Amino acid sequence: MIRSEVFKTLIPLISDQLVVCNIGLPSQELHMMDDQPSNFYMLGTMGLASSIGLGLALAQKQKVIAIDGDGSVLTNLGTLPTIANNPASNFILLIIDNGSYGSTGDQPTYAGRKTSLARVAEACGCDNVIECKAEDTAKVMEAALKGDQMTIIVCKCKSGNVPVPVIEMDAPVIKHRFMQEVKRRNA
Amino acid sequence: MSISQKIVDGLVEHKVNFVTTVPCKQLAGVIEIIDKTPEVLHVPSNKEDEGMGLCAGAWMGGMRPCIIMQNTALGVTVNTLATLIQFYQMPLPMIISYRGELGERVACQVEMAVHTKALLDQLHIQTYHFHKPDDVEEIGAIIKHTFMSRKPTAILTDSNFWGGY
Repeated sequence: MIRSEVFKTLIPLISDQLVVCNIGLPSQELHMMDDQPSNFYMLGTMGLASSIGLGLALAQKQKVIAIDGDGSVLTNLGTLPTIANNPASNFILLIIDNGSYGSTGDQPTYAGRKTSLARVAEACGCDNVIECKAEDTAKVMEAALKGDQMTIIVCKCKSGNVPVPVIEMDAPVIKHRFMQEVKRRNA
Repeated sequence: MSISQKIVDGLVEHKVNFVTTVPCKQLAGVIEIIDKTPEVLHVPSNKEDEGMGLCAGAWMGGMRPCIIMQNTALGVTVNTLATLIQFYQMPLPMIISYRGELGERVACQVEMAVHTKALLDQLHIQTYHFHKPDDVEEIGAIIKHTFMSRKPTAILTDSNFWGGY
């Protein structure tokens, strides 16, 4: 399974959740398949999906899913100790680990070679780290959503992309729409 | 009352309740007080761009964020300031120690000091330079202005402000 196929299995579960989605193709795929006001699309700033997600989870009560990639986590590895040491029970970090920089031409990442992000997360002090096969991601996500514990999911999937249009929505519109949704859900 | 306490009081008075910090010697007092202030959730970060991500999330979650950092870090945050904070129009007060100014003992600090105001100017970030201890009185107005404008603002605090050299 490639990332977009994993997304297809996840959408019934995450469509009605607050989602912070990684820059590039992940956001474009999610936007194309299931645009929701509860989705925050990153249009720039590689690496910060998990940081934005954690900040959001710490600031309010609703569950937050940050969808990140292996390349993006590698570019902001400092995020994992911060997540571990500031646990938010409403936070789920999903790392789509396809071992490549998908948005830039599928160059290999170190996560696809010797580096295990699940073990890095554990070494950083994250308590509930689950590495799973792409096919099992929805099942693991369902359990994480039902639970009351911060969860890091590392989904090992194949590298590959589908053609997607860019997101035309203006950044402040994405933000405004998302903030209204966050506010409504916390009212 | 110490300058550090006045800074924290200014933040709390203007309802800043989420602060991320990357340490600097000059800011040690502020960070220590922040950590003990019950009105503020203090989430230390490992790098300043990561901290700005945390602040963006906290803002969208309904909190009022602030980042406390050293000026040397401006170089690593240029992309985040432009493509996250400015592009999405988010407020972010930055309280920045201005190392490399008069009284500095570490020559290398000067290398980023010479770029500090130029970088902020290039990014069109409104910048307030605290040089004398009394300048701290403006902190409330700056915080208020930042959240009104939904833009980042920079407060540069130099060695003279922190009590001379």
